[in-house]
Amino acid sequence: MEINVQNLKVRFASPAGYVEAVKGVSFTLGREKLGIVGESGSGKSLTARSILKLLPKRACMTSDTLTFDGVDIQHADETAMRQIRGKRAGLIMQDPKYSLNPVMSIGAQIAETWRTHRGGGRMEAFEAAFDLLDQVKIRDPRRVAGAFPMELSGGMGQRAMIAMMLAPNPEILIADEATSALDVSVQAEILRLLENLVTTRGMALLLISHDLPLVSRFCDRVLVMYAGRVVEELKASDLARAQHPYTRGLLECLPSLARPCKRLKTMQRSDAWTA
Amino acid sequence: MTTETDMSSQLTTLKTGGWRSWMLTDTPRSRRQATAGMLYRGWLQFSRNRLAMTGFVTLLLMFAVAILAPQLASHDPNVQDLAHRLVAPSALHWLGTDQLGRDLYSRLLYGTRITLGMAVLIVAIVAPLGLLIGSVAGYAGGWIDRILMRVTDIFLAFPKLVLALAFVAALKPGLTSVVAAIALTAWPPYARLARAETMVIRHADFISAIRLTGASPSRIVFRHIMPLCISPVIVRVALDVSGIVLTAAGLGFLGMGAQAPSPEWGAMIASTRGFILEQWWVPTIPGVAIFVASLAFNLLGDGLRDVFDPKSD
Amino acid sequence: MDRMIEVDQLSVRFDRLDVVKRISFDVAKGAALGLVGESGSGKSTVLRALAGLNQSWSGAIRFEGNAVEPKRTKGFFRDVQMVFQDPYGSLHPRQTIERVLAEPLLVHGIGDVDARIARAMSEVALPLAMRYRYPHQLSGGQRQRVAIARALIAEPKVLLLDEPTSALDVSIQAEVLNLLADMRESKALTYIMVGHNLAAVAHLCDEIGVMQNGELVERLSAASLRDRRIGNSYTMRLRELSDDIDESFVTHDN
Repeated sequence: MEINVQNLKVRFASPAGYVEAVKGVSFTLGREKLGIVGESGSGKSLTARSILKLLPKRACMTSDTLTFDGVDIQHADETAMRQIRGKRAGLIMQDPKYSLNPVMSIGAQIAETWRTHRGGGRMEAFEAAFDLLDQVKIRDPRRVAGAFPMELSGGMGQRAMIAMMLAPNPEILIADEATSALDVSVQAEILRLLENLVTTRGMALLLISHDLPLVSRFCDRVLVMYAGRVVEELKASDLARAQHPYTRGLLECLPSLARPCKRLKTMQRSDAWTA
Repeated sequence: MTTETDMSSQLTTLKTGGWRSWMLTDTPRSRRQATAGMLYRGWLQFSRNRLAMTGFVTLLLMFAVAILAPQLASHDPNVQDLAHRLVAPSALHWLGTDQLGRDLYSRLLYGTRITLGMAVLIVAIVAPLGLLIGSVAGYAGGWIDRILMRVTDIFLAFPKLVLALAFVAALKPGLTSVVAAIALTAWPPYARLARAETMVIRHADFISAIRLTGASPSRIVFRHIMPLCISPVIVRVALDVSGIVLTAAGLGFLGMGAQAPSPEWGAMIASTRGFILEQWWVPTIPGVAIFVASLAFNLLGDGLRDVFDPKSD
Repeated sequence: MDRMIEVDQLSVRFDRLDVVKRISFDVAKGAALGLVGESGSGKSTVLRALAGLNQSWSGAIRFEGNAVEPKRTKGFFRDVQMVFQDPYGSLHPRQTIERVLAEPLLVHGIGDVDARIARAMSEVALPLAMRYRYPHQLSGGQRQRVAIARALIAEPKVLLLDEPTSALDVSIQAEVLNLLADMRESKALTYIMVGHNLAAVAHLCDEIGVMQNGELVERLSAASLRDRRIGNSYTMRLRELSDDIDESFVTHDN
């Protein structure tokens, strides 16, 4: 399975003409863990959602190449996209309370997803739901299966979300700021869980985040985005040798317990980065 | 506050950049300019909606007609001409005459005054009252909220028609009865709306920040919360007025509103409904006028709602 | 050493749940205390009770030696101000920046409004040309600067900071933290900052209080936290987690 993105552009119509939010992004993703890091407005979320064609109605997407395992996403219609979304590619977003149906129990939702993509009877689907909840390291799967989304904590909700996304056995998981709203300790657990699942199932992982150090811990490669462009692509282990001033700026402006300072270094933005 | 130099530099922008760029500038130079810019942006968005603009223009025309009725009318609306009763539309009487020979076109124009006048009067009473009661109840909470909401419930329970009949029996039939009956029953939804909005806004951080300035509760409600409730109230008003027009016409049709010879549209339909088969235009034309007025307010309300409370995709 | 803030056995209850359980601490004049903890630890609740936003608490709170009642006086609000977490929610959506900044001055009857607004904006490095903009016309970082300007415009003595940079981009966070440090120094302010990011809180504050499940489990200096001279196991765990994230470029730094 390989995702190939070449010269992806996403623009929005506005009263003042077009606004380009993604300005020619190119990358490939195989069975690996890729992180896309950027601040707000960098276009990282839009890039990830373009792969699944989940852009807002007003957005207009163009690319030289946009393929998912050979399937041409750029020209695919809704029927073809439905075969990929959920089934072959899962999407986990920031707040599980917004992504989960508030009036259905967790177990019912996971079972429904299972049945939609894999078929099978109700009992079979519910058993599968318990098993999935167990795989995401929820201690009491049966109790959680009967619970509703608002009864769960942030971390549990995300685990439930991951379980639901894993039901159809997808080839890639896209996590869009999936841990940004969680406590630091829970964040680490969820990412470790994702890491494990991805390795044992042979899935690919696309991790979108604003947290560069965090992403570089859990990914093999990192793309750094700024103002709609990829300014640097590097191996996670090479983070210290980052060349681009923006990447270096992102690392250097972080407060650190190990290296305290009187004044934090601030980012000196340059127009050259958006040239 | 703008100084002399600010004013002259604003005027310069007006002349050189054009008033459009003055409105849409990123750096307004006074609060007035900022507010004007915001209103202008809202207007631009509203004007993109063709249906809403249709409603708006129609209403503008109707208000113009109401104001200029004496200039636009061809005849005196109350002059009877029994020799020319129920005449079809012709060069002399553009929309024909009614059962007493009165010119329908002129009566229609003067009727606009009555209908729109009633609508404006009712809204002017109902919206501020509901907004005030709702905001105070929503912010104060506790027993103040409970009492005000029970009062609201009581008025909500009154049926408009029965109340109008009661007023007619107590006072005499006329516009006062209609306005009173509708006003007394139309304000509760606004109170509820304002209260619901207030209860949400109350918990916002910016209200906490204002509480932290030591501002009094009345200052918070009047200066900070009520302005935010105005948009939903305006939308609701525009949508409600269409219903108010219909209700007023209905009460007029039942004989409780403006009395003869007043050219109120509902009464015009009532008095001529016997002629609907042969001289169909006589009751139909006022009916069409009611329909157009009601629809225009409805379209305006929809357009305003899209501007104030857009449902993004 | 002057005590600016004293908190004694503060408890806060929501419905039937004890969210803050008999917390006690004090803050010296000109000092900065950071309260760290995870969600549900009660740290924000403590701050809101101190600010006077929450009036159902028990225990004792003293500012400059004077006890405060749940219902605060206007004078209290002159001396104690707060900056909120969400830059998008802490400014009135229909008021221009200038109006937002004028409000505290109007309520307290402070004159010379225009000059003070201009000064406040320049202190937080906001161009004066922006003063008639609406909040939605500003970026997150700019909104937070307005919030800080608003908090400082009536010249308070104490600033309560509720996760002031959590919702900001990393590069903007650095600018705002620098600004807060500058303000504290130039105006001799006392800070209490709440946050979950240990590194950010330790950067700004000299003392750290660690909260867990409504209790203050440890109080230590920022220096001790950095040097791992930690008594409590929960604090140690938080320190290690912060390290986890730090480590990726500490090892490369030479």
